[in-house]
Amino acid sequence: MNDESKKYIGKNVLRFEDDRLLSGKGVYTSDLNFPDQLHLCFLRSDTAHGKIRSINKDKAEKLKGIYGIFTHEDFKDVPPIKSPSRMKNYYATNQNILCVDKVRYVGEPIAVIVADNRYIAEDAIELVDVEIENLEPVINVKDSIKSNSAILHNEIKSNTILERTFNKGDIQFKRDEKILSVKNNFSMTRKSPVSMETRSYVCNIDKINDALTLYSSSQVPGVIKDALCQFLKIPGNKLNVVAPDVGGGFGGKASLYPEEIITVLLCQKFKRPIKWISDRFEDLMSTSQGFEEIMEVELFFKSSGEFIGLFGNIFGDVGSYSIYPWTAALEPMQVAGFLQGPYKIDNFNVNVKCVVTNKPPTGPYRGVGRPAAVFAIERLIDIASKKLKIDPAKLRLQNMIDKKDFPYKIGSGIVWDKAGFKNCLKSALKIIKYKKFKKINNKNNKNWIGIGIASYGELTGIGSKISVAPGMPLNTGTETGIIEIDATGSISATFGIASHGQGLETTLAQIIAEMLGAKIEDIKINQGNTSFIKHGTGTYASRSAAIAGSVAIKSSKKLKQQIIKIASHIFETNKKNIHVNEGFIFEKNTNKKISFHELARAVYSDMETLPIKLRKPLIALETYDPIFGATTTATHIAVVEIDSETYKIKIRDYVVSEDCGKVINPMIVDGQVHGGVAQGIGAALYEELRYDESGQLQTATLADYLLPTTCEVPNIKIEHIEKFLPDNLGKFKGMGEGGTIGSVAAIANAVSNAISHLNIEITELPISRDKLYNLIKSGAK
Amino acid sequence: MINKFKIETIVNDKKYTKIIEPRLLASDFIRDNLNLTGTHVGCEHGVCGSCTIKIDGVTSRSCLKFAVQLHGKKVETVESLNSNPQKKLILKTFKKFHALQCGFCTPGFLITVDELIENEKFQSENEIRKALSGNLCRCTGYENIIKAVLELIKIRNKK
Repeated sequence: MNDESKKYIGKNVLRFEDDRLLSGKGVYTSDLNFPDQLHLCFLRSDTAHGKIRSINKDKAEKLKGIYGIFTHEDFKDVPPIKSPSRMKNYYATNQNILCVDKVRYVGEPIAVIVADNRYIAEDAIELVDVEIENLEPVINVKDSIKSNSAILHNEIKSNTILERTFNKGDIQFKRDEKILSVKNNFSMTRKSPVSMETRSYVCNIDKINDALTLYSSSQVPGVIKDALCQFLKIPGNKLNVVAPDVGGGFGGKASLYPEEIITVLLCQKFKRPIKWISDRFEDLMSTSQGFEEIMEVELFFKSSGEFIGLFGNIFGDVGSYSIYPWTAALEPMQVAGFLQGPYKIDNFNVNVKCVVTNKPPTGPYRGVGRPAAVFAIERLIDIASKKLKIDPAKLRLQNMIDKKDFPYKIGSGIVWDKAGFKNCLKSALKIIKYKKFKKINNKNNKNWIGIGIASYGELTGIGSKISVAPGMPLNTGTETGIIEIDATGSISATFGIASHGQGLETTLAQIIAEMLGAKIEDIKINQGNTSFIKHGTGTYASRSAAIAGSVAIKSSKKLKQQIIKIASHIFETNKKNIHVNEGFIFEKNTNKKISFHELARAVYSDMETLPIKLRKPLIALETYDPIFGATTTATHIAVVEIDSETYKIKIRDYVVSEDCGKVINPMIVDGQVHGGVAQGIGAALYEELRYDESGQLQTATLADYLLPTTCEVPNIKIEHIEKFLPDNLGKFKGMGEGGTIGSVAAIANAVSNAISHLNIEITELPISRDKLYNLIKSGAK
Repeated sequence: MINKFKIETIVNDKKYTKIIEPRLLASDFIRDNLNLTGTHVGCEHGVCGSCTIKIDGVTSRSCLKFAVQLHGKKVETVESLNSNPQKKLILKTFKKFHALQCGFCTPGFLITVDELIENEKFQSENEIRKALSGNLCRCTGYENIIKAVLELIKIRNKK
């Protein structure tokens, strides 16, 4: 008999989530309704920067069906949200759950209305009079850092709330006349994560346990629970945070929000269930935003093409507050952190400023900093290749870190190891048939064809030695996994993660089924519920499959040892003769076998089969910490076609060659790549949160904030390179964000390539049709 | 005091009589009054398509309709697909092709696809892409949805 259990890792197992989601039986937070429930609606600031002079709610309070209208006055005991960090030169902002005297962005909550339903609550909003004295709005990051700019947070005295310089090597080489360089200013505009389910919270009283349960559309129920307990001084065993089915997150649901705190507070106050469901308008203007970066960067190289230095200044527009728990450092620092990419560059000097403006707080959005960083460096490389007259693919290969160089520390201090940088690039070039594009000359063509390459490295599944955000005092690097077999032989596996579309109920079951020898249908994955596990955070930063997957292996192995020990007693044989597969335990030399159910009965119910010392619960609780991270990499190649009359940009072909270590479920991994690339297409060509000079959001509906549709996203050719396995237990690398990280730059390079005969470089994204038109008409360079 | 209206409507073959406010949206009526929460609300301004239902056999955005407009109509929501053996094939095919991730936009796609495969006009990938461009999905990048629909059309054409 074969010693191995049935293989599940690496197989296209269809998802267990799907039956309920496809039949309309999924349970999202907004689907929950409880008897006696009250609804909330927020009155939000219509001014970007101002002083609140008065709030008159008399008329509104008299409306039938209104239970109360609350302002900061009513929550004086609640401290402001403050996101701590150990970073030097960092100033945490004070974000009150409702504005105290000042408003700092359009959409900031000023008052909350409690009503029988949302319709009545919205009636009441119209009747509240808020008088705001306008202050000078600070919208542009370059204005915000000027010494004469209005100050957002008076107690901080500066709009730059964090500054840091990354340094490696020296700058002496710049004096050498033979050194060439290319320099450019790149910028990315603001994006919204736009999960199709808006943010939603329902708080209910658990009367049996005299406790509160917050149902939240959160990606991070563990973080939210710990924060709420701390802010509201609630003991941990009196508050449970549950993330039921969650309709996407992409980072937008990975932070603590004032509305979340207020929902809990009002549930405590009214002793009734409280529900708040954001509408899309609110979601676009109050859910954390991302990607707004200015990158002034210069790449130095020899005439041979060898890179020798990368210098620059990064200006991160972090919005009005430093978001909890990630802080304002999250995105701008990652731009610098990953700017060097997978290339050998000895000298690195990059200054980063995190600057507040009168716009909503920024937070994590798929890729975090890296889409912008990769956009800057990969565009610079293409510009350098023109100057050097070296093919861009060749120039990349020439400078890419080779496997013999691992581990390689880049200028920001990040260490690359065990990653197929060159393999991914070579593979992508082969799939796209790169050579045939060399002959393209668009000068006399109606349609301009362009090809663009982007390679990147990212750090995923990171352990406790590396913070997700620099200096953040929160342990995101460990994961606990509990696997139990109950008296019926059913298996429950519990984790601190919070799946919101990634299919973790399936992938984790695949790992456990294989490692434990269980039938996959017998495994139930519990997640997204803080009552299950005493410390957990959630799903973000491409961590869940890599870290929870690894702890699933650790716990499975431990539980399997217990099963083997018991079975060897029952079969009166040596442990070596026990084999576990598909829910049965076999004695290899005979035809004896028992099911998990029979084993569980022997342990829990019948008091004869086993001695007392073997009748311990069938449970394994393990914690896993990969300590460092795994290097994930990919090369994206986009081929675009631009209609020279309409400026419509069509993506004709798209390749992703990626290395995410061992693939657990190829179908799910491909799905993550597809979705990530689609968001990168949005970021590169369509999506932009436009704020006017007074700080008003000009794109506050999905008719103005344009997401890619079926007509804009092409089919994608994907290749997995599984040659470079990381150190963690499962040999898994995170890959949920990579699609977005590579695609933005690949498309920008392809568009630039298509218009190269016009001598125009793309430096600002998104490059929408009208922007492209204006760029070409003005002949800007 | 807002006058209330009595409406009668057949939803998923079941007759409902309800007294409602005229301003109640059809999407809220279906979700909150009928407790059919499979229909999702993603934007409430008719762009995302998550709330798509069928009214008298034709797809419609339930967030752009008032509940009173359902009076005397026959409504189908995502919950009806599972109990119809022919339509269940749509669900199975979506699962087979991994055409959903978070599942929030999925009910809208399923209802739209149900209408699309009943319509002989749509054959090619390009036609399908155009026909589905009124439904937004933020997770899948659409590729697997398109593949699932191509498969469904192939099965339909064989019949």
